[in-house]
Amino acid sequence: MTGKINLSLILSSGTLALFVVLALFAPLAAPYSPTEVLTNPYATPSVDHWLGADTLGRDLLSRSIYGLRYTLGISLFVTVVACAIGVTLAILAAVRRGWIDVLIGRTVDAIMAIPQIIFALIVLAVAGVSLKTLVGTMIVLETTLFFRILRASAGDIAVMDFIEVARLRGETLRWYIFREILPNLAPTLIAEFGLRFAFASLFISALSFLGVGIQPPDADLGGLVRENALAISAGKVAPLFPAIAIAMIAVSTNGIVDFLIRKYSVRGELQA
Amino acid sequence: MAHPLLSFAMRRGGSGLVSLLLVSLLVFVGTALLPGDAAQSILGQNATPETLAALRQQLGLNEPLPVRYWNWLVGLAQGDMGTSFSSGRAVADLLWPRLRASMTLALAAAVIALPLAISLGILSALKRDSFLDRAISFLSMWLVSIPAFLTGYILINIFAIRLGWFPSLSISHGSASFMDWINALVLPVTTLVFVTIAHTMRLTRTAVLSVMASDYILMAEIKGLSPRRVTLTHALPNALSPILSISMLTVAYLMVGVVVIETVFNYAGLGKLMVDAVSYRDLPLVQGCAVVFSLVFVSLNFAADFLSVLVNPRLREPKE
Repeated sequence: MTGKINLSLILSSGTLALFVVLALFAPLAAPYSPTEVLTNPYATPSVDHWLGADTLGRDLLSRSIYGLRYTLGISLFVTVVACAIGVTLAILAAVRRGWIDVLIGRTVDAIMAIPQIIFALIVLAVAGVSLKTLVGTMIVLETTLFFRILRASAGDIAVMDFIEVARLRGETLRWYIFREILPNLAPTLIAEFGLRFAFASLFISALSFLGVGIQPPDADLGGLVRENALAISAGKVAPLFPAIAIAMIAVSTNGIVDFLIRKYSVRGELQA
Repeated sequence: MAHPLLSFAMRRGGSGLVSLLLVSLLVFVGTALLPGDAAQSILGQNATPETLAALRQQLGLNEPLPVRYWNWLVGLAQGDMGTSFSSGRAVADLLWPRLRASMTLALAAAVIALPLAISLGILSALKRDSFLDRAISFLSMWLVSIPAFLTGYILINIFAIRLGWFPSLSISHGSASFMDWINALVLPVTTLVFVTIAHTMRLTRTAVLSVMASDYILMAEIKGLSPRRVTLTHALPNALSPILSISMLTVAYLMVGVVVIETVFNYAGLGKLMVDAVSYRDLPLVQGCAVVFSLVFVSLNFAADFLSVLVNPRLREPKE
């Protein structure tokens, strides 16, 4: 059984690592310029152009490698910022309780009651489609999700005996947040980080696919699907490649998270 | 003291209303802060200052913001959602046929997705940690990771282009024969089913597992009842209420899931209407779509919570 899990873990980490390297070194990794018209529109995959050409005859592999930069970069940035805000708010709410807990909790509830994509569409319509608005909206949505799960875990931890002991020992707030609560929150936090990253990459791709995400001439993976969408009715497969890349990012991330959840739940059972 | 169910309904309904007000405030205030206003958008750039002033007076744009918000809410409650910038037609008239189309899509998907996902969820809970359970959980991990447009385009490529069994683009009801219309629904509905079943399966599995972990199930097993009897007469009736509310949640997810799928299949539903309205920045239309989507979503969530409370009285009072 362990061998099987490790295989899926190796595949998942390998895929993600490869994508990250490609994104980081896009100018070196891409065989051609992403903007130069090199061949016929929708040329089929060949030795020269592994994924074929896009709607204008640009190299689809090169465009996808540059697209990875946007998809991974934005997803990672959004997840890191939302995680930091979410953790801070969750611990604040769990430790302080009272009105501040109620206020944050109710606000999060109200935002979460609106379907995420509808929330994003409203904000983008009102504020106009721009990278800043896009990233800001995603951070707000992701923060609510981080808060919801971390507030529950932090609440469980904050009432544990060892916290009470630390409090009675006269430790400072700072000490028991960083030395007691955060370390115990870590497994939940790491798993949630992965889930949120997968969600972010799917979400930005969906918005770009709908035409309200990254705007041309720049294109993330979702934007590349949109650009080439017309080819589908002509029986071409060009838009499938960037779409498959998005699925690979999400599947690999979820695969790693799945492994972590299993691993930690096993450890938890052993302790009990 | 009111009946506990009534007080729950009021508390939960109240928080649903707060979310709806948040939506309306978000769209309304956001719109009001924009440069230019409705009068400018309706009359265009060539309007004379006099006609602009007259129309502003007529639309009530000179009133203070809270008054305008109140008037807008009152209009909304009466079904008046304003006028679309891009088409000049009443937003409500544009919305209803689209909402009907989207609901057709969502309900057709629900008819397939619910029995499928719930039975798979129950199966994987009953056969916990078996090969089947692990296969189902592996499958659902893939299903949640694949974007809807990938599923849609693969289905189009195989079944519409290569095999030619179904059309790739949707046609509106009325313009074609009944069979053509059903045929055109097959691929979007299938995509929608793929996108939502993973979530429903997981929720069902968790719900059934938590029932199976209860003391009375242990008791029934200790009494020596057959596993079949324990499952069918002891566990299932108690799992019914969570499953019922999971079904409500699934319909809510299906309603939202239409947004991307309608764009993939060029289906004239509410989701496509809203995405197009966002691209044109037709704010009254965006407002209308957002309110309808949120209303449907919030009510279905409310129904889900209400159903579970109806069957499980312990949930009526919030625990401290």
